[in-house]
Amino acid sequence: MRHIISILIENESGALSRVAGLFSARGYNIETLTVAPTEDPSLSRMTILTWGSDEVLEQITKQLNKLIDVVKVVDLSEAAHVERELMLIKVRATGKDREEMKRMADIFRGRIIDVTESTYVIELTGAGSKLDSFIAALDAGLILETVRTGVCGIGRGDRILKV
Amino acid sequence: MMISGAEIVIRCLQEEKVDCVFGYPGGSVLHIYDALFKQDQIKHVLVRHEQAAVHAADAFSRSSQKVGVALVTSGPGVTNTVTGIATAYMDSIPMVVLTGQVPSFYIGQDAFQECDTVGITRPCVKHNFLVKDVKDLALTIKKAFHIAATGRPGPVVVDIPKDITAQMCEFEYPKSIQMRSYNPVVKGHLGQIKKAVQILKEAKRPIIYAGGGAILSDAADKLTQLAHKLKFPVTNTLMGLGSYPATDKQFVGMLGMHGTFEANNAMHYSDVILAVGARFDDRVIGNPEHFGEEKRRVIHIDIDPSSISKRVKVDVPIVGNVADVIDELLKLIGSDFKTDPDVDNWWKQIDEWRSRDSLRYKQGEHIMPQFVMEKLYEVTRGDAFITSDVGQHQMFAAQYYKFDKPRRWINSGGLGTMGVGLPYGMGVLMANPDAQVACVTGEGSIQMCIQELSTCKQYGFPIKIINLNNGMLGMVRQWQEMFYSKRYSQSYVTSLPDFVKLAEAYGHVGMKIERPEDVEPALRKAFTEHKNDLVFMDFIIDPVANVFPMVAAGKGLTEMILAEDL
Repeated sequence: MRHIISILIENESGALSRVAGLFSARGYNIETLTVAPTEDPSLSRMTILTWGSDEVLEQITKQLNKLIDVVKVVDLSEAAHVERELMLIKVRATGKDREEMKRMADIFRGRIIDVTESTYVIELTGAGSKLDSFIAALDAGLILETVRTGVCGIGRGDRILKV
Repeated sequence: MMISGAEIVIRCLQEEKVDCVFGYPGGSVLHIYDALFKQDQIKHVLVRHEQAAVHAADAFSRSSQKVGVALVTSGPGVTNTVTGIATAYMDSIPMVVLTGQVPSFYIGQDAFQECDTVGITRPCVKHNFLVKDVKDLALTIKKAFHIAATGRPGPVVVDIPKDITAQMCEFEYPKSIQMRSYNPVVKGHLGQIKKAVQILKEAKRPIIYAGGGAILSDAADKLTQLAHKLKFPVTNTLMGLGSYPATDKQFVGMLGMHGTFEANNAMHYSDVILAVGARFDDRVIGNPEHFGEEKRRVIHIDIDPSSISKRVKVDVPIVGNVADVIDELLKLIGSDFKTDPDVDNWWKQIDEWRSRDSLRYKQGEHIMPQFVMEKLYEVTRGDAFITSDVGQHQMFAAQYYKFDKPRRWINSGGLGTMGVGLPYGMGVLMANPDAQVACVTGEGSIQMCIQELSTCKQYGFPIKIINLNNGMLGMVRQWQEMFYSKRYSQSYVTSLPDFVKLAEAYGHVGMKIERPEDVEPALRKAFTEHKNDLVFMDFIIDPVANVFPMVAAGKGLTEMILAEDL
């Protein structure tokens, strides 16, 4: 099962390596991992996309809670939530492809944020599957470079992760 | 008043009532050693290798419930401690390891004796710190002691750059500490405890299965009370030995890979398990699929939620400090607990298993290791602290020395670290200066920290080293005999030193015992005439004695090989 784990963690040096080390030491998967300070600069929020059985997920949350720096852990995918991922994709945009690229970006509600004579950089936000579809929709030969932030997510409505 | 970082370190230790530090000086900790020199409240034990400092601090804690403290320098000083830290971590031993670090402005530049201490130790500590500002020093040390000793205990490393120990700062030691990210649960959930009581009442084939957590939370007396009230059989893990009196009639012995026939069968065929501070590890339940074939209900008391339902599905998890939870259980059970009448039949079954006498052995022409353990038990009247190394001798000690008290059996259960026995003896003696201490070891293990014979001379540690010498790495040889068609690959040791002369070279007493009839007189002599000496007792034992019962790796708990089968 796919799970999105949100972690509030003390914003101390080494905090990221404690979490990453835990996953590698115990053989858990990390599909994506994002981290940045929150509105309270003493706290960071980390989002991890992982896969595992219910038993494995139970261990992951317990083991994360055991880390001294971890303040709170929530499995976002347990209930209603929204998730987004940001992708920047650099594509070749010459000749007839130039117009086609613009159209594709529009269809997927992407924005072109850098333009040269031969390339575009398109910014696209959405669920991971949407980003995948965009990549699949393009001619692979025209994709020069992609970079994705990994999933970040937040609970819907009153589901709030805060100290 | 402004004092130096080094003085702050010492003042913090004094505030924590630390009376003893095990360590080894070096460049990065010179300021700290200078501050140590200027006071006499904290004793320092100078080891011969940093690994031994950590093992000794670990045993100091195991044998006293206090937090053990080790102090080492940066770089190799730190890397030498890693085995000791990992050993303590696996057995949840509260310990603070203070490590010197190169000056902060050199960190990351591959300076002389620099290593990434926080990085290297991260996977084997409960937590670690790098102190970056002298103003944080006292608070960090306070946190370290707090984290080490509370919740599921464990080692904490505090890495202190040399420049920080030279800087001046006001000293104020925090009285208490609050951490928003760390608030271990103590009290168990009452609803869960009530559920547990109901299940205990219905139990027809119950067993109490107690591990190291019962000792770490000082719950031995309460556990005994509880077991007596319930009238249930009790088994201990290797780490739990002493948490329930081994001479009590409800005790069915240690369980697991080398557990007794009755303990393993009782565990397997039980309908209710009350697990107390134990974690169903692979050496305890054998093959989990085989273990799962029997239907039973499991109540699991543990302070660490991640130990619950990790390897065995648990019906009633109770997260909390073992001693507190047992208190609650005792209250709820009261004086009118009715053990289910079927438990009598269960006891009959257990007695039948017992009658197999699975620890029986024959004492022949060679000295049998089991015989040495039985005599050691008699001579010390069961009241010694037994430190052990790792291997066959460890299992023989666990099986044949009947521990009636907690904190008397000091061994590396989780990590299985050879070489701990001798430094463990040093740690025990610093915490319990008048105790009888025997280090049960083998000619393989003892050589892994043999240099500490010198430390023992310096501080007059009168450890009795019981060297069960079969000229073989016995446990390796046993597995090779049983599972590798007797291909004894690298499991025998030639060119052994003359241990008697070796002991004498270090200024100790050496004895070589080769005949069964000499075992007891030699032990008596060591514990009376040489009470105050370290005596290295080299017992030349049967080279092919094996540890039984045995559950082979991957086998089920009831699929034991018994001595009588061979």
